[in-house]
Amino acid sequence: MSDPGTITDSGSSGEAPVTMLATPIRLDYQYTAGLSQSRFLQGIAQGKFIGQRCPACHKVYVPPRGSCPTDGVATTDPVELSNSGTVTTYCVVNVPFQGQSIEIPYICAQILLDGANIAFMGLIQELPATDVRMGMRVEAVWLPKDQWGLTMASVKYFRPNGEPDADYETFKEYL
Amino acid sequence: MSAAAGRATVRPVAVVSAAQTKSVRREDHRNEVEMLMPVVTDVFANIGVTKADMGFVCSGSTDYLVGAPFSFVMALDAVGVWPPMRESHVEMDGAWALYEAWTLLQEGEIDTALVYSFGRSSPSQLDRILALQLDPYYMAPMWPDPVALAALQAQALIDTGKATEKDFAAVAARSRRDALRNPNAQVAKDQSPDDLLRDDYVVAPLRRHALPPITDGVVAVVLAAEDRARDLCERPAWITGIDHRIEAHALGARDLAQSPSTRLAAQGAGVFDASGDAPGAVHVDVAELHAPFAPQELILREALGLADSVAVNPSGGALAANALMVAGLLRIVEAASRIMDGSARSAIAHATSGPCLQQNLVCALAAEPSGPARKGA
Amino acid sequence: MAERCAVIGVGQTKHASKREDVSIAGLVREAAGRALEDAGLDWADIDAVVIGKAPDMFEGVMMPELYLASALGAVGKPMLRVHTAGSVGGSTAIVAAHLVASGRHERVLTVAFEKQSDSDAMWALSVPQPFSAPLLAGAGGFFAPIIRAYMRRSGAPDHIGILVAVKDRLQALKNPYAHLHIEDISFDMVKDSIMLWDPIRYLETCPSSDGAAAMVLASERVAESSTSSRPPAWIHGMAMRSEPTMFAGRDQVNPQAGLDCAADVYHQAGITEPRRQIDVAEVYVPFSWFEPMWLENLGFAEKGDGWKLTESGATALDGGDIPWNCSGGVLSSNPIGASGMLRFLEAAMQVRGQAGEHQVENVRTALGHAYGGGSQFFAMWVLSTDKP
Repeated sequence: MSDPGTITDSGSSGEAPVTMLATPIRLDYQYTAGLSQSRFLQGIAQGKFIGQRCPACHKVYVPPRGSCPTDGVATTDPVELSNSGTVTTYCVVNVPFQGQSIEIPYICAQILLDGANIAFMGLIQELPATDVRMGMRVEAVWLPKDQWGLTMASVKYFRPNGEPDADYETFKEYL
Repeated sequence: MSAAAGRATVRPVAVVSAAQTKSVRREDHRNEVEMLMPVVTDVFANIGVTKADMGFVCSGSTDYLVGAPFSFVMALDAVGVWPPMRESHVEMDGAWALYEAWTLLQEGEIDTALVYSFGRSSPSQLDRILALQLDPYYMAPMWPDPVALAALQAQALIDTGKATEKDFAAVAARSRRDALRNPNAQVAKDQSPDDLLRDDYVVAPLRRHALPPITDGVVAVVLAAEDRARDLCERPAWITGIDHRIEAHALGARDLAQSPSTRLAAQGAGVFDASGDAPGAVHVDVAELHAPFAPQELILREALGLADSVAVNPSGGALAANALMVAGLLRIVEAASRIMDGSARSAIAHATSGPCLQQNLVCALAAEPSGPARKGA
Repeated sequence: MAERCAVIGVGQTKHASKREDVSIAGLVREAAGRALEDAGLDWADIDAVVIGKAPDMFEGVMMPELYLASALGAVGKPMLRVHTAGSVGGSTAIVAAHLVASGRHERVLTVAFEKQSDSDAMWALSVPQPFSAPLLAGAGGFFAPIIRAYMRRSGAPDHIGILVAVKDRLQALKNPYAHLHIEDISFDMVKDSIMLWDPIRYLETCPSSDGAAAMVLASERVAESSTSSRPPAWIHGMAMRSEPTMFAGRDQVNPQAGLDCAADVYHQAGITEPRRQIDVAEVYVPFSWFEPMWLENLGFAEKGDGWKLTESGATALDGGDIPWNCSGGVLSSNPIGASGMLRFLEAAMQVRGQAGEHQVENVRTALGHAYGGGSQFFAMWVLSTDKP
C-alpha cells in the first residue's frame, strides 16, 4: 500500500541538488449521484432527457444537480425534453490533452434542448468543425439501446438535425 | 508581543440559529447539495429569515473529501446566491469560516451571516487522504495512518503519568452514553469503561473505543450582531471571545502531551480573564471539545483549565459523530444550542485541525453579551 | 466603523513554468521574505497569517498551510486558509485586510501561491467524474464559447484578442518577475500561433506557472510609523461577490456579480467615473479577450464598446490613458492561486511607486481585480496614495 517514492537527482554527482521527489498518489472514491441526478440518469437509461422544473422560478434544469442554483430549493417536477436543441455558442477544440478520446479538432458546444432553460456542454460530430454556427439545430445520437446506462456516455454526441438555424433572438438569453 | 490589537470594544455577535443533519456512517442517497439544502432551509426557518436577510455567506470544506477540485462551488447552489452575495470559503473546518464571518461582523457594516460546512467522510479512503495533509517531502511519502499518529500522542500522554488507558475508556464511555440523549449522534451506547477496555488495540495504546466514527454530515448557523440578534432569537448565544492558533507541523518539534496553541487561543478568547488560568480554574456550564481521539479530550481539558464540574461534550462530541470539516463547527453549534435552549449560561467550544491537534480554535459563549456568567469557584 | 488599512510591503517570486530550485515552503518564503523586507519588519512582528491557493490537488497536498505554518512564521499565531477558486489570491488579501479593518490585528502577512509543476494541473482539473460525459476541453473549452458569445454580441473584430496578447507580453518585458519574456512578440506571431480552442489561440492564453505573492497589511498606526522606504498604499474600498456557476438566463459575458462587486468597491472609494478616476488597473485576464469583456463589466466602457477601448490603445502602458496590466498580467504569469493576489499586489506597487520599468507616472489610485470559477467569484480593491 505504501510507496516510498523515487528521488531524481538533477545531475550525475551525488552532491547534486534533489529537484524532484515523486510520490505516486492513488485515491479511490465512491460517488453518490444524489436523488435528483439519479432521476435524470434513470431517464437517460431509457433514452430520454428528463429535466426538472424549479417550483419557485419554474425554470427547467437539465442535467439537474439537486437544486435550483438561484432559489436554493430542490427541483422537483420532472419534465421530458426534446431530443433536439440549439447550439447557443461553441468552441473548436484543437488542443491535445491527457485522457482525450476524441480526434481533434472537434466542436464543443453549449446545447439548449427544446423545453429546457439552461444549455449544457456537448460534443458535435458528423460535420466539419468549420461548419458549426451559433443557432445551429442539433439532435442527440445515442449508443445502441442495449448499451444505454446510468451515464451521460449513453449519448454518443449531437449532430445537425437538418432544421433551419434558430434566430439569435430566441437563444440570446442563454449565452 | 500581543497578537491582538489594542481595540477595546468587541461588537457583540451571537449564534442565533443552528441546524444539522443527523450524522450517519454513509449518506447513500443524497449528494452534498441535497444534504445541505434542508439544513440551510431549517437554519433560516428557525428564525423566520431568508437568504436575502444575510449580509455574508461563508463556508468550510475540503476538495479531498469530495474527490473533485472546486467542490465548494457546486455546494453553493444549496443556498442559491442570487442576486449575487458577499461570499467566501475556507479550505478548513467550518469553525474557521465562522471566525471569518465574526471578523467581518466586527466592522459594523453587516449585521448577519450564514456559515455552513459539509463533510462526507464515507466516499474516500480517509487514512490515505489524511496522510496527504502531512509534510509532502518527509512524511506523506510514508503514508502514515492518522490513527498511528494519534497513538503517538496518546502514548506521549501516558508517558507523562497524567493519564492511563482507563482514562481514555472513561472518556469514550461517557461520550457515547451522553450521545444517547443527542438525536443527531451517530454512535451512542451505554457501556462501562471496564467493558471498553476489553476492546482490541487498533494501534496501541488506542483501542477501538478511543477512535472517532467515520461520518457524513452537514451543519449551518446564522450569526447576528447586537439588536438584530435580540430581534431574531429569544436567547442568543453571544460570542464573548474567539481566537485560534497553529503549532509547528513537525511532530518532533512539539510536546504532543500538551496543546499550547489551544491555551493561546483560550487566552485570546478571554477564557481566563474572569477565572485566571490556574489548573481547574475555568468554570463554565458546558464545554464542547473537538477531540476526535479520546486522549485528546484530556489534553484539551488541561490546556483550557477546565474545572471538574464542567459538563464536557454533552452531545457526545467527536467520538459520537466526526464528519471532517464539520465536527469543529458542530462543537460551536452544540455549545450555542445549550445556551439558546436555556440549559446553560456559559460555554466554551473548541475546534481542531491537522494531525495531533496542530491547529486549534476556541470560542467562548455566554447568555449575556457582556461576558461569561461564571459560577463561583 | 472599520479601521483604516494599508499595504506596507510587497513581495513576489520570479515566476516560471518549473521552480525546481525551491520546495513549496521555499517558494512561499521567497515571496513572504521579500514582503517583510519591503515593510521593514521581521517574521516575529507579524500578528496573523492568511494564505490562499487554488485547488489542493494541484500539488497533491491536502491543506498545505498546515505543513507551511513553520515556514511562514505562523507558529503560535492565527493562520487562515482561503480558497475561492481563481479569485482566491484577491479574496485572500481581502480576508487579511478585514483582520486589520475589524481592529483584530495590526500587522497581517498574506500569501498566495501555486506550484503547478509539482503535480499535473490538467489531471487535477480533469478528475474523472462518474455520471457525466468525459470532460471535453479543459478551462479554455469552458471560456471559449463565452468569448464567442461576446464577439457575437459586441461585433468585435477577430484581431482584438491578438492586440491584448501582444500588449501584455510587451509589458511583461518590463517586469523582471514575469514568467513569459517573449522578446520578439508580434501581432503576426500571436495570429499565427495554433488555434487551441477556436476562437482562442495559443498565445492568447495564460501560461501555467510556479510562483507566489505576499503582502504585509497594516493598521493606520503601524502604516504611519512604518520604516519602509515606500509610502503605504491605503485601501479605499474592497469587495467580494459570488453568483452560481450556471443558471437559467445567466449572463456569463457580463456577470452580475462582477457588476455588483465593482459598484460596491467604487462606492466605497468614491469613484463615479472609473476611466477618469483610476490611474492604472491590474485586472485578471487569463485569455486575451477578457480585457474588453472586463472593460465593460468594470465600467471603463459602455456595454459592447470595450473592444474599441482596447483597439484605441487606451489600455497600453505606452501612451494609454488607462493602462491595464502593466506587469504583463495573468497572460504573462499564472501561478493560479497567486494570480489574483499579484493583481492586488501590482496595484499596490503602482500606488507606492515601486513598479520600476512598468511604473505608470503619477499614480494616485489603482484597481486590483480577480475573478474565478465560471466567471462567478469576484474580488476587487481600490488603493490610493492618500489616507482615506
